[in-house]
Amino acid sequence: MQVGVGLPSTIPGAQGQLIIEWACRADEGPFSNLGVLDRLVYDSYDPLITLGTVAGVTHRVKLATTIIIGPLHNNSLLAKTAASLDALSGGRLVLGLAVGARKEDYDASGVDYRDRGKRLSEQLSSLRSLWEENHSGPKTTRHGGPDILVGGLSDQSYARMVRYTDGYVHGGGPPRAFARAADKAFAAWSDAGRPGKPQLWAQGYFALGDDGVMKAGYRYLRDYYAFTGLFAERIAAGLLTSPQAVAQFIRGYQDAGCDELVLFPTVPDVAQLDRLAEILQAQGMGRAG
Amino acid sequence: MKIVILGGGPAGLYSGLLIKKANPAYDITIIERNAADVTYGWGVVFSDRTLASFQRADNKTYEQITDHFVIWDTIDVYYRNQKISCGGHVISSISRKSLLNILQNRCFELGINLRFSCEINDLAELEDYDLLIAADGLNSIVRKKYESSFKPSLEYGKARYIWLGANKVLDAFTFIFHENEHGLFQVHSYPFNGTTSTFIIECDEASWLKAGLDKADEAQSLAYCQQLLEDNLGEATLLSNNSKWISFPMLKTQHWHHKNVVLLGDAIHTAHFSIGSGTKLAMEDAIALSSALEQHVDLETALNEYELERKPVVEIFQKAARESQSYFETLKRYMTLDPIQFTFNLLTRSGRITYDDLRLRDRRFGDMVNRWNANKAISQSSTRYSSAVQTQTIFAPPPIFTTLTLRSVHLPNRIVLSPRSNCAAQNGMPVEAYTNQIQNAGSSGAGMVETEQVAISAQGRITPESAGIYHADHVEAWKRVVEFIHSHTQAKVAIQLNHAGRRGSTRSRTKGLDRSLHEGNWSLFSASSIPYTPSNQVPREMSRDDIDSVRDNFVLATQRAHEAGFDVLQLNFAQGYLLASFISPLTNHRKDEFGGDLKHRMRFPLEIFDAVRAAWPPDRPISVTISASDCVKGGFEVDNAVTVAQMLKEHGCDIIAVVIGQTTIDSQPAYGRGFLTPFSDQIRNEAYVLTMVGGYLTTSDEVNTLIAAGRADLCIMDPPQLNELYWATTAT
Repeated sequence: MQVGVGLPSTIPGAQGQLIIEWACRADEGPFSNLGVLDRLVYDSYDPLITLGTVAGVTHRVKLATTIIIGPLHNNSLLAKTAASLDALSGGRLVLGLAVGARKEDYDASGVDYRDRGKRLSEQLSSLRSLWEENHSGPKTTRHGGPDILVGGLSDQSYARMVRYTDGYVHGGGPPRAFARAADKAFAAWSDAGRPGKPQLWAQGYFALGDDGVMKAGYRYLRDYYAFTGLFAERIAAGLLTSPQAVAQFIRGYQDAGCDELVLFPTVPDVAQLDRLAEILQAQGMGRAG
Repeated sequence: MKIVILGGGPAGLYSGLLIKKANPAYDITIIERNAADVTYGWGVVFSDRTLASFQRADNKTYEQITDHFVIWDTIDVYYRNQKISCGGHVISSISRKSLLNILQNRCFELGINLRFSCEINDLAELEDYDLLIAADGLNSIVRKKYESSFKPSLEYGKARYIWLGANKVLDAFTFIFHENEHGLFQVHSYPFNGTTSTFIIECDEASWLKAGLDKADEAQSLAYCQQLLEDNLGEATLLSNNSKWISFPMLKTQHWHHKNVVLLGDAIHTAHFSIGSGTKLAMEDAIALSSALEQHVDLETALNEYELERKPVVEIFQKAARESQSYFETLKRYMTLDPIQFTFNLLTRSGRITYDDLRLRDRRFGDMVNRWNANKAISQSSTRYSSAVQTQTIFAPPPIFTTLTLRSVHLPNRIVLSPRSNCAAQNGMPVEAYTNQIQNAGSSGAGMVETEQVAISAQGRITPESAGIYHADHVEAWKRVVEFIHSHTQAKVAIQLNHAGRRGSTRSRTKGLDRSLHEGNWSLFSASSIPYTPSNQVPREMSRDDIDSVRDNFVLATQRAHEAGFDVLQLNFAQGYLLASFISPLTNHRKDEFGGDLKHRMRFPLEIFDAVRAAWPPDRPISVTISASDCVKGGFEVDNAVTVAQMLKEHGCDIIAVVIGQTTIDSQPAYGRGFLTPFSDQIRNEAYVLTMVGGYLTTSDEVNTLIAAGRADLCIMDPPQLNELYWATTAT
């Protein structure tokens, strides 16, 4: 399993300069990827613009969306944006898509919320065709374009994954929740007669430092997930706040069959990145820059 | 804080005393409709884990409960005049009356205001409170009052049951299965106070009606059950306590609290009595609620915390309870199983206990299960040859390593591997990389290796890289594979014959499923002219000539498979390929003799089967893969699959390979570990056929459990080492 780090692009108040510095330093190691999240109605940066920006200052790490809300995007435009990111970054893009969990994002963009699942399926199918046929350019690094991942918890998500994509991206939670999702993904993959294995990506949140840092982390998660009601508290409770917690989390995901983990910050401070890097290096993970 | 608790059952009393203990200053009132000493029900059951949580929550009541309870570790199963026992299940039980006494006394001691014989019909009758805890049972007036907030759903079970006692001492949890002229009755019974035992008698509705129990009063019901169980009861008599026949109400509730009102126990969830008692869940709710109130000053936060803590736990429990309930509702299916297998099946019904668990709990029972399976395997193979052989195995391997004999083909164990490849062939001719995979699978220790779908004609291929057996050269390539496996291993080799139908002419599945070729598409046909996906080619409806030619190609392929030396022939009637398109009503809209009802939709598949059976040596087995369900509303369902399996068996099919879905792209199977098992179970035990099943089985424990319980006979495994195995260099 490889471990990457999320960009602080959805933490309110994170400056552009911080995101660029964060990306540069992450690219020096030991991280394997830089992840971004997607919210429309929130004080956050656009995930694809963010990746486009950091593509220019990095040369090694994968650039992953875990996830973007697919149905909010026009298929041809998204195909072009993603192909551009892929080409400009030298094939480092991994495009994770899902329906998302917030109706208000759909309302704000005037997209019908009810047929979001159907729209996502059509989008997954059409992205691949658009890249293969090289409709509007640019030419993607590999024939057929970047790897596509799909997220979501419904049975339908796994059917979608196996029909259209290269793997699954899990939304978060303790390793045992991921293990159940991984079983579903493997079962669907094998059932459909697809050779090999699906790529499995997952994510978690960390806040490393003193009490103040921890509190800021909790505050951010409660705010970011306020739309989930009761559940925000549970998500906040999963925040990784010690080297021990991070190490065990990584071990749990590795044992459950995860291929690539993205650890997202909850405090917009590069010191967070350094502390996480130290833990990964102590665990013998990743490679030095 | 002023708290009112509605309901003086275990949930209400226990939550009251725990909250009061933590906060002596709180003003707590418990309101109970009945008098203090009036109670219904007999004994309630707790596991050792539950008891440990009682000890942490309140040691005083824990000590009193353990002073009064009965503890045992054996489950006895009476079935077909035999008793099978399995030990190591630590369970304890206490009379409901003693439990209530202990809890009531502790409440008094802590200064809780207990008001008995106080019926509340309207919540307006209650005085002001800061928190209302509704522990008022299944018919909770509080839940009903705020129904739109709590969003409950109630579903009644199909079986009828009555909750009785008996003045009989039992030394084990006892299941009794009893068939009489009215039908099948099962009894769940356990001791609880040293002199009396609980007897729950359950039957399906038909038996209940036939026995006239719908019209029976309390005394008549008691007399009927007394007579039914006279062999088991001996001198003892059954006792009633206002007992009635009811259907089990399965209650689930979406939200557990609303403003300053919170629900717990039976008021919010029920779980079928066959896997433990609602009392356990209710008292665990009470512990969680009191600890949440202790941890959080803010009431809303505390109630959220309680709900978030308990709801997932209760849901997992309810899922297992639902499995167990549906097991008892479909029990008839298992009445042909031998007593040891029946018992193993019963004990593993909810999916929470496996073969390894039972072996850990009772090695003697584990060995008995192993011996039974081994002897069954021997008798199954010897009846074909010399019925004179009468062996009794004493030392037996686990079920996964027992043999299975299909006609004259002897599989050394129950494991099947099915290698997959991006590129199995060129022009139907299997390539070396793929044949190496098959050979490696043969050397893995599996009992049988099956090829991927092998096309019976060039047109029947799924992709241009699909393997075929429609040319003499293909036969030679397959022959080398089969000979390699036969000469180096004990494994048998099966060939899967298929015509892709409307799922043909697609690209390799490296980047997804059912993607039409960029160029070089070949024309497709199917039962009806419906494309597999909106972007796939529209197939033409098959003509009689097409039908004849496909049948002839299946026969030719069968002859070639024989020539290549394959041991087992497997026909694919599933997953949306050509023959599946005839079977599912969603994809067969034909107006001729090949469309219409199931009998007609099966006509072409059976025609193929008969022709293939006639061309395949009589001493070699044929397996057929069927989709047990379309997993789409209005589609083919598992009851239809049972009928199809029966038809195939009558026509000479030896084993059914069970899959689901894929018949259309709208299929949405609930994927997960072992997701095909319930389908295999139903088909095997209702159609009385052997079955082969996959569904992401990765451990020997899963396979042992499936085989020993009689849910399948062969298992297609997906161990994590497969990829390395397939790409290892073949030893020669």
